[in-house]
Order: sequence, then structure tokens, then C-alpha cells
Amino acid sequence: MVLVAIGIVALAAELITGALAVLLFGVMIASVVGIIWVAIMGGIETRRALAPYGLLKPGILWLSLFFLAPLWAMMEMSLSSKKSRFDFSPSFSWEWGNYSRALTDFGPQFGRSFLYAGIATILTLLIGYPLAYVIAFRGGKYRSLLLGLIAVPFFTSYLIRTLAWQNLLSDSGPVVSVLETMKLENLMEWLHIMDNGRLINTPAAVIGGLTYNFLPFMILPIYVSLEKIDTRLVDASMDLYTSATGAFRRVVLPMSLPGIFAGSLLVFIPAAGDFVNAKFLGSPQTTMIGSSIQDQFLVQLNYPLAAAMSFVLMAIITASVLVYAKFMGTEDLT
Amino acid sequence: MDVGDPVVKLENVRKQYGSFIAVHQADFSIGRGEFFAMLGPSGCGKTTTLKMIAGFEQPTAGHVFLEGEDVSHTPPHKRNVNTVFQQYALFPHMSVFDNVAFGPRSKKLPEAEVKTRVAEMLDVVRLGEFAQRRPAQLSGGQQQRVALARALVNYPSALLLDEPLAALDLKLREAMQIELKRIQREVGITFVFVTHDQGEALTMSDRIAVMSEGRVEQVGAPVDIYARPETLFVAGFIGSANLLPGTIVSSDGAGTRVLLLDGTQVVVAAGNSASSAALSQGNQVTVMLRPEQVVLGAEGDMKVFVTDTVFQGSSVRVVGRTSNNTEVSAIVPAGSSVKAPSVGETVSMHWHVSAPYLLEGWPETAGSTTTNVDSIEAAL
Repeated sequence: MVLVAIGIVALAAELITGALAVLLFGVMIASVVGIIWVAIMGGIETRRALAPYGLLKPGILWLSLFFLAPLWAMMEMSLSSKKSRFDFSPSFSWEWGNYSRALTDFGPQFGRSFLYAGIATILTLLIGYPLAYVIAFRGGKYRSLLLGLIAVPFFTSYLIRTLAWQNLLSDSGPVVSVLETMKLENLMEWLHIMDNGRLINTPAAVIGGLTYNFLPFMILPIYVSLEKIDTRLVDASMDLYTSATGAFRRVVLPMSLPGIFAGSLLVFIPAAGDFVNAKFLGSPQTTMIGSSIQDQFLVQLNYPLAAAMSFVLMAIITASVLVYAKFMGTEDLT
Repeated sequence: MDVGDPVVKLENVRKQYGSFIAVHQADFSIGRGEFFAMLGPSGCGKTTTLKMIAGFEQPTAGHVFLEGEDVSHTPPHKRNVNTVFQQYALFPHMSVFDNVAFGPRSKKLPEAEVKTRVAEMLDVVRLGEFAQRRPAQLSGGQQQRVALARALVNYPSALLLDEPLAALDLKLREAMQIELKRIQREVGITFVFVTHDQGEALTMSDRIAVMSEGRVEQVGAPVDIYARPETLFVAGFIGSANLLPGTIVSSDGAGTRVLLLDGTQVVVAAGNSASSAALSQGNQVTVMLRPEQVVLGAEGDMKVFVTDTVFQGSSVRVVGRTSNNTEVSAIVPAGSSVKAPSVGETVSMHWHVSAPYLLEGWPETAGSTTTNVDSIEAAL
């Protein structure tokens, strides 16, 4: 199976061409058909032994075709060079310069992306945890309804929702006028939420958009981990001389860590690569790396640099997730 | 119900949820070092009573005293009692050691003392070598003992156990009954446990409170409760009994003469009656005969048509019907000189003069309590 996957990647990336490719393709088809044939002809024991591979097949084929192959192509692109500004089929040349350019030219964008994504993750956690807690422990018969309400925003497109925020936060929009009537502009300026009387096109607007858009991804995993907690454990800890807050700190919180972990990843990773919020709610001073990559790919048409930037983003996210996983001690939690 | 040195004392305790009365009027004391059982069918209020002692529920009226102090409205973490929960409620994210250390650490004891105390208690429950395991890696019986150690390590005034053995299978349950008794003797702490299993209550406890529908029917030693039940419920719930309804014909210093519904007359020895029973002529009463007190043979007025015999190893249970179709049962020891009758025979029932026992009122279903599926099911 794994060999077939490698074969697909190789073919898709045009590593192997001509007669050899036809041969390889033939071998791959034969191996897939072979497994099925062995399974059909073989006894129950053989079939049982092959069953896991059979079940893995659709997933592996799908992922190799639509994930591994593009990834390979992208990696190749990131090490290619353009002969001129208008060369739209760059050729592979071990061009490591793309990576140093990605890091030097786009340092601030990388920094902002992780800062904004980090703040948004913390905000979603602070907002989402109490919400998930109330639904899980106090929701009663309204649990499913409340959970359904959390998913309601998904019925509208992500883009539309962000555009709606653009309207709400605009200079003549309702939020600014309410703040003005309540004479809260100075406080907002002091908190660095407003900038020169504006809400839109500020870092706060971008972070707010990220927080809003990714909130459900924090709530749902935390809800799932809280919902599994037997409330008798809280009784048990109260019986063992802890107050209600002590019971939360020593029993409920540690037991919901897997949910916090999953939720943080689900928010942080896409938020770090997001370009929609920065584009519609931000300004050139709040550009995140996602928008820069999009710009390099679709506007500047500098594919090698854009690919290199994507790989740097992936590498940083992977590294930070690994550090986070180590810090959270997830081997106990999964 | 007075005991010399009460650790727990319930004074006219009542618990009401809306219009539903879970506990009517619990009024009893539990002595120091006692192994005390609250026994009754599900929904009888025994767990609610336990929760009021633990502090998870507060009485609607009345008072709960712990070591002489009124704790009726004190939250659980401020009471010096600990609970062994049904299904144990061990913390799954902590090792056995940390589970047991939870209470002492909450009390902010120095870590060195926590270590020695926990180690000591794990030895008492024979789990010393499992300290670093997670609860999920232990068997049911081991988890049970962790729960016990976690509660006992705090040296509570009383240990409360909520159906502690219900989740274990029969063999293990019997072994744990002995283990629980050993641990209780070793630590000398008052144990209050709730069960619906009368066998468990009879074998383990020093005293039992039998409860039914929110009322405490009787509090007493197992022997007294078995031999001298105060109410029809207790008579039927504890052990098995033949409950034969009848009417008092006469009563004097020598005894009470009762005319049973099938026409036979039974003489009940003086003093062999529940304290609540009024012994005046014409009163409706019930004569209780335990199956092991019934002797089947040629003599006796009461004729029984044998419908079934069940071999039980050390004895044979004989089930039959009286002339008015009341089901009765008798236990014939296997291998005794008296041979058990076979199905279809008609034999006579008799008993020692001291056997019949008198209770006030008529039972819902007359006859043997063990063969009535409905009443047994209701009791579970």
C-alpha cells in the first residue's frame, strides 16, 4: 500500500516518465488488484489479515493523490528558480535562496501571524471554555439545542460572515457609533482596540475576526471532553475536602486538557495561515503571512517564493505544535 | 434508639423533593466503631439518607449530628466523613497513589506525612505494589480497595459506603465482605453502608436499619431483625417467611390463639409478637413462620399439597399449597432422618411451639415470600 502511495507521488510529480512510468503504473494497478484477488481467493484467515489494508486503501489513495503529490510538487517548486519575472514555469535548481528570502522579506508577517493566532487562541479558550462548561454540566435538556446554535454560523459562508463584520466595525457602523455615544472611545484607544477613532483596519479587528470565526472549533472539542466527565468525580473531590474551585482545578480542568489541546490546535493552525480576516478587517500594517502567500501566488505570480513561504509556515506550525504537545504531556491524555 | 457514644445521630430527619417525600422521619444513632447497614429496596431513601450524612443533600427538616455537632447544613468538604462511591468514582487521570493522597493533600498536610499515610493505607488494603498504576489498569476488586483506602486515609469519623459491592461478581463480593470486615476491625472506624442485599447486611453488620418507602421500619441487630421483625415489610424483606393471615380468637398469659384463613388454629406463645401488635380479640394479624421452622410429616392440622421440590445442596426447599390455596414453603435439611416429600403428595405441617410469631395487620400477598416473583422484583 505504502509503495503504491509512493508510486502515485512519483508519477504525479513527473519524477518518472516515459515507458518506465507506464510500467510503474501497471505494477501499481496489479498490486491493488492482486490484494483484492488474494483476498477473494484466500481463506477466511487471509481475508482477515488483509482487511486492515483493504480499509486503509481509499484513505491512502485519496491522500497520496490529493495531499502527498501536491506537497511533493510544492516542495519541488520551492526549490526552483525563475529565469525572468515573466517565467511562469520555473525549473528545479536547488534554489535555497527562496527560503532565505521568505524569512528575511516576510519576517514581520510571520511574527504577526503567530502573535494574532496566539492571542485569538487564548481568547477563544477564555470565551469557549465557560460556554462549553455550562452546556456540558448545566445544559440539561437544552444541550443539543445549545450545541446546534454554536454550529449555526456554519450555515453561512466564512467569507460572508467576515464581510458582515467589516460592515459592523466600519467607521459609520453600529459598533463605533455605540462606543461614541457611550463615550468609550478613550478607553478603547487606551486598550489599543481603537486606533484614531477607528475599529476597522486595526489589529484588534483582525484578532476579533479570527476569534469569532474559530470559536466553534474551540468549544466543540472542549465540550466533548467535559461531557465525558462523571459528575460523581466532582462529588468525590468535594468529599475529600476540596472546595468547588479546588474540585475544578484538580479534577475537571486536568480531565478536560485533551479538549483544550485539540481545540487550541484546531484554532491556532488555521488561524496562523488565515488570510481572509487580515484582508477584510485589517490594513497593510496588519497583513498576516496567509495573505502574503496568497499575494505571491495569485498576484505576483512568484510561485517558488510562495511555495517556500508555505513550507516555512508549515515547519513553524509543526514545530510549535510539537513543543505544545510536549508541554501538555499529551501521551497521558490521548 | 440510643447508643452509648454516637458518632452519627439523625434527629427527625426528613427530605422532600417537591411533593415527593424521599425520607419521612429518620431518627437513629450510629455508635463509635459500629458496622452499620442501611438496608432496603431501591427508592426506599437509604442513599438519600447517606447523602445527608455525607453532606451532598441537606435535610428539609430535622438535624444531622456528627460527633455531637450539628452539621445539617455543612458542605461535604467541611465534614469529617468520607464516602466510598458506587462505581468508586476514582480519578482516572491520577495514579493510585495520587488518588489516595487526594484528601490529605487537600488538607495541606506536609508531603512527607502524606507519603507515609498513603503507603500505610495502601498496605492495609494490600495494594502497596500498585501505587503507580492508573485506576483503569486495576481489576474491579482492586479499584474498590483503592476507593476504600482513599476514604480511610483521612481517618474520618465515619466511613460511608454506597452499595460498595454491587459492581462486583458473586465470588468476589463474598471475598470482599470478609475483607471489608477485616479492614474495619483493623482501622476501628465507624462504617455506615447502604445495600439492597439483605444477605450482605445480615452477614456484615453489627446493626441494621431497614427502610421502606422513605420510612425507617426497624433498627436492630441482625438476629433481632430476623427473629423479631416489627413490621410485615421487615418480616418479608429479611430472609424468607410464610406470612399467614388470620384473626385473634383469644389471648391470655399463656399465649394467643389465631384462626387462620384456611380454618386451622395456631397458638402463638406469649411474648412472641411484634411490640406494635395489639392482641385483642377479633384483630387482624399475621402469623409468621420461617421455612426452616416448618416440619413436614404426618402430624399437624395444616394440610399441604406439595407442588414443587428444589434441591439446594445442603437442603431441599419444598413448596406447597394449603387448603385455601396459599403458597407455603419449608426447608428440609438434606440427609436428615426426615425425607423430603415428593411432588403430588399431601403432607401435614407442624412446628415447635415457640416458632410462630405474631405481626399486626394482613400482608398484601399471603404465604411464602420467596416464591412471589413480583414482591422479590419490587425489592431489588
